Amino acid sequence: MSKSNTILYLDGVSVSFDGFRAINNLSLVLDKGEMRAIIGPNGAGKTTMMDIVTGKTRPDEGEVFFDGQVDLTRHDEAEIAMMGIGRKFQKPTVFESHSVEDNLMLALKGPRSIFPALFHRRAAAETRRIDDILGIIRLGEKRNELAANLSHGQKQWLEIGMLLAQDPKLLLVDEPVAGMTDAETEETARLLKDIARDHSVVVVEHDMHFVRELGVKVTCLHEGSVLSEGTLDFVSADERVVEVYLGR
Amino acid sequence: MIAQRLFGADRRIAIAIFVLLAAAVIVPVLNLAVSPSSAFYIPSYMVALTGKYLCYALLALALDLVWGYCGILSLGHGAFFALGGYAMGMYLMRQIGSRGVYGNPILPDFMVFLNYKELPWFWYGFDHFWFAALMVLAVPGLLAFIFGWFAFRSRVTGVYLSIITQAMTYALLLAFFRNDMGFGGNNGLTDFKDILGYNVQADATRSALFAASAVTLALAVFVTAAIVRSKYGKLLMAVRDAESRTRFLGWRAENVKLFAFTVSAVMAGIAGALYVPQVGIINPGEFDPANSIEVVIWTAVGGRGTIVGPIIGALLVNAGKSWFTGVLPEFWLFALGGLFVAVTLLLPKGIVGMWDGWRGEGKASRAASLAEEAGADPVEPEPKIVRTAARTPGAWSATGPEPQPAE
Repeated sequence: MSKSNTILYLDGVSVSFDGFRAINNLSLVLDKGEMRAIIGPNGAGKTTMMDIVTGKTRPDEGEVFFDGQVDLTRHDEAEIAMMGIGRKFQKPTVFESHSVEDNLMLALKGPRSIFPALFHRRAAAETRRIDDILGIIRLGEKRNELAANLSHGQKQWLEIGMLLAQDPKLLLVDEPVAGMTDAETEETARLLKDIARDHSVVVVEHDMHFVRELGVKVTCLHEGSVLSEGTLDFVSADERVVEVYLGR
Repeated sequence: MIAQRLFGADRRIAIAIFVLLAAAVIVPVLNLAVSPSSAFYIPSYMVALTGKYLCYALLALALDLVWGYCGILSLGHGAFFALGGYAMGMYLMRQIGSRGVYGNPILPDFMVFLNYKELPWFWYGFDHFWFAALMVLAVPGLLAFIFGWFAFRSRVTGVYLSIITQAMTYALLLAFFRNDMGFGGNNGLTDFKDILGYNVQADATRSALFAASAVTLALAVFVTAAIVRSKYGKLLMAVRDAESRTRFLGWRAENVKLFAFTVSAVMAGIAGALYVPQVGIINPGEFDPANSIEVVIWTAVGGRGTIVGPIIGALLVNAGKSWFTGVLPEFWLFALGGLFVAVTLLLPKGIVGMWDGWRGEGKASRAASLAEEAGADPVEPEPKIVRTAARTPGAWSATGPEPQPAE
């Protein structure tokens, strides 16, 4: 396989925790600009895969490349984030004691060292960018609200907004619609499709309606490796996938 | 609305700075210029005592920067305080010169007594005030930097970090107890004569030290408020509330913590340096882990993450201690323990946090009743107004989630 045109390239990746193989010889390739949905039952290794890509977990073996040539196993979380991989957690994780605006301000692309932050004055360009993102994530009304006071769905959006503020090349989005109403879910699908126009995106999700709404290639993981890959119709017609989901 | 909030927060900081600066002028005047028979006279022992409290307040403020704003519960801040104190003590020892009991112009008394033939290398330079002042900043700062470098890089957090800070101060306690460390062992450094050429016992010097403590504390309040309000300060609280989120945004959480920890240690060192000439002694007892824990209690009582709170806490608890140990000396430790339990149970946000909450509620209910009178929906204005008070810097942590332990 050629890595040249890929944004994310995993080959033969394995990792185990205390003898439990969370990821087992996983290979996954994402082209530049592609959006991919990843499904799979609990414990299939979806979150662990994200941990590996973002540098939180080191794989025992296998190759992980970003943008064709960067070996991600050699970098830590902060470096990987600076290279352009943004991650949304399964549980919405925002800075609850800060306002929505400040959350975005801390995420905005820019220098990441202490002294510039200490003497930082907000530039007009930054304010404009924050305004843009607030528009995209539909939280313009709430800009001065503490993040703690947002609803669950709004926190999910704020976190997606923080990813956008980082201006990453690749977004890893873990269960973006967990706990959302149907209307919010639809809205989120629209938001992600918008984002996918100029970013590469990996979405992990359980909600099949949402995955269908996204209308992208689907990868089904099971016990740490790829079970099936293709359109949602193809994957959900796969007998092994059905078996895994319904139990044997 | 934002301007109002900031103004509210600013006002409290401004008042604190103003009160401290005013005290720096008024207290020495009332001590030195007013006749002892006057009702306004402040006796010299009171000046020394409150000066000591101000040093404690500075120490509590230093702890607040790391504990209140970054969630690092340091149980070893007394170590930085004591190191600053020792640096100042070494200067004061060298100022004694040949006026010591043994009359040795170079060696302090304890070294003559312990048969030192010459001054140990690490005592060089301490005959100059500027060098000692530099060491007051550098020694605690460097220790905190090295300690923090390893601890934060290895991602030691939560209770584990608290335990190793405690171990650090305990190790220093044991080390400084040894006579061959060259810091006076068990007895520490005492019997000081002069500071910058002035008699440390003189009323005027005491007043000057009091004023220096008050001005330094005012400056520390200003600097801490500026740090906390900067983008870095927001980042500091972000690390406290969701450390992994900051990492995945590309921030180096360990550097964020390291900076705050080092600044805080330097502040603690300055507090120690101001403390020693006012109490006239520094000994290894200052490294006692129990002292560091007491600092945590002052901060908790006043309200952590509030800047003004730890100062109020340190002053109140120490005033209480002075009074209590006079009236019922044997019960002081019970009272202190009881106080900590009571604060944890009844005032989890401390005095200042409770005050904010109480004021916020008052405003909200008044606003609600106003809205009702006007026939409007009482629910609508309520949340907005509650936050008016909650957004003072005091309430950053008060309304937010508790600092989270290690992942």
